Amino acid sequence: MEYSPPPFFKRGPSLLTRFTFFSLLSVVLLVADARFNYLPLLRQGIAAVVYPLERLSALPASLASRIGDFFVTQSQLQRDNEQLKHQQLLDGAALQAGKALESENQHLRQLLELRERLPREFIAAEMVYSNRDPFTRRVVVDKGFQHGVRAGQAVVDEAGVVGQVTRVFPWVSEVTLVTDREQAIPIQAVRSGLRGVTFGIGYDGTLELRFMPVNADIQNGDLLVTSGIDGTYPPGLPVAVVSNVERNAAYPFARITCTPAASVTGFTQVLIVATTGRPPENAVPDEEPGPKGRKAKK
Amino acid sequence: MSLDWLRTPVVGRADPQEILLPVRTRYIAATLLSALALNLFALPGVLQSIRPDFIALTLIYWVVYHPRRVGFLPAWFLGLLMDVADGSLLGQHALAYAVLMYLAILLHRRIVMFGMRHQIAHVAAILIVSQVIMLGVRLMAGAEFPGVLYFAPSMLGAAMWPLLFNVIRVPLRPRSNPDAV
Repeated sequence: MEYSPPPFFKRGPSLLTRFTFFSLLSVVLLVADARFNYLPLLRQGIAAVVYPLERLSALPASLASRIGDFFVTQSQLQRDNEQLKHQQLLDGAALQAGKALESENQHLRQLLELRERLPREFIAAEMVYSNRDPFTRRVVVDKGFQHGVRAGQAVVDEAGVVGQVTRVFPWVSEVTLVTDREQAIPIQAVRSGLRGVTFGIGYDGTLELRFMPVNADIQNGDLLVTSGIDGTYPPGLPVAVVSNVERNAAYPFARITCTPAASVTGFTQVLIVATTGRPPENAVPDEEPGPKGRKAKK
Repeated sequence: MSLDWLRTPVVGRADPQEILLPVRTRYIAATLLSALALNLFALPGVLQSIRPDFIALTLIYWVVYHPRRVGFLPAWFLGLLMDVADGSLLGQHALAYAVLMYLAILLHRRIVMFGMRHQIAHVAAILIVSQVIMLGVRLMAGAEFPGVLYFAPSMLGAAMWPLLFNVIRVPLRPRSNPDAV
C-alpha cells in the first residue's frame, strides 16, 4: 500500500505480504497433497490432535442417544426377540446346507489341486459420521490402525460391498463408498459371466458399468458380484443390480446404470474384510481402468 | 432476565457508544475452540452439508472488531485442522481462511460503519468468496460441482451473524449498570 503513512509504529510486515506468504504456503501444501501424495504423515499428526476434540464434541449427542436406548419398550424387545429366533432357525437350516457344501467344495478343490481360498477375517465397525467434504462420498468408521484396519481393505455390509478403506488413522478410518466418483470395482455378471468394472458417479444410489459393448449380454435385474481379479475384493460379493440399459448404436459402449446392493446411504454397522493379500504399493488411479476396461471388452 | 443485550440497531449505523471490557487473548482462543467444536459436531444427513462454518464467522468477528488481535497464523492452522477433520485436500481450508482474513482486514473499517443488515451482506460476500476458493481448488483437482446446496453454509452463516455478534459480546459487556443510582 503506497499511500500508507510512514511507519511511526512498528506493525510487522504489510497485509499483502502476510496474505501472499500464507496463500503460497497453502498452495504448496495443496500441490504436495493432490499431485504427489507426500503428506500422509502430516495428516496423521494433525489427526491425532483433532481426534480427541471430535470425540469431545460428539459427547452430548452420544449421551442423548444412549439415554434414548435405555427407554426401549418391553414389547419391542419381545417382538425383536421373536423375530431373531425365527431368523436364527432359518439361518441354521441354511448354515447346515452351507457346511455340507463347503466340505464338498473343499474336497473337490483338493482333488483338483487348486489353491485353497484364504480364510476371510472380518473386523466389525460402526459408522461414526459421514464425511463433511461435499465433493466426495466417504464415511468415517470407528475402527483404525490399532484394530488391524489397513488402507485398501474392502468394506461390506450384510447385503454387499459398501466401499473400500482409503485412509487409516490410529482409531478411526475413512471408507470411500462405491458411489464415489473415483471408486472402481471389477465385477462379474452372475447370469452371463461377463466381466467389467463399475464406477461411482458421485450421486447417491447409482453406479455405472462402463466400457461394455452395445451388444453385451447385460439385462435389467442382472446381479453383479466382485470378480476378485484385483486381489482387493474377495470374489463373489454382491456389488450392484443393473437398473437400466441404454443401447445406442451411435456410441461404442452401452450406457448401463446400476443400483448398489448394499445400503450405501443408510448403514450403521459394516464389516471390514481383513484380507491377507497386500494392495499395490502406490496405486496409479489414471491407469487402473485402462487394462481392466480392455479386459471387459473381450 | 432482561433481553436488552439483544439491542443492536438493525438498520443504519452501528451504535458507537457501546463500551466493552478489554478482550483477553484467552477469551479469543476459547471462542475459536468452541467454533471448532461446533464445526466438528456430527449432524445427521443433510444438516451436515448445510452447517455454517463457525470458525470462519468467529474469525471475521475478531478481525473486524479487534483487527490486531488475531493474525494469519492461527487462522491458517485452524484451516489445516479443518482440512484433516473434513478429509479434504490438505491446504484447502487454510487457503480459504487466508483469503477470508485478507478480505476481512481490508474491509474492517468499512464493515463497522454499517448496521446489522448491511454487515450481513458484507459477511455473506466474504464467506462466499472463501467457498468459491475451495470450489476452485477442488475443481482443479478433478472433482465435480456438488450442486447449489454447496453455498448454503455461507448464506446460513451470514444469517447467523447477528446472533454470533451478540453471543460473543455477552461476556464483554460490563456487569454493572452505569445508569443505576
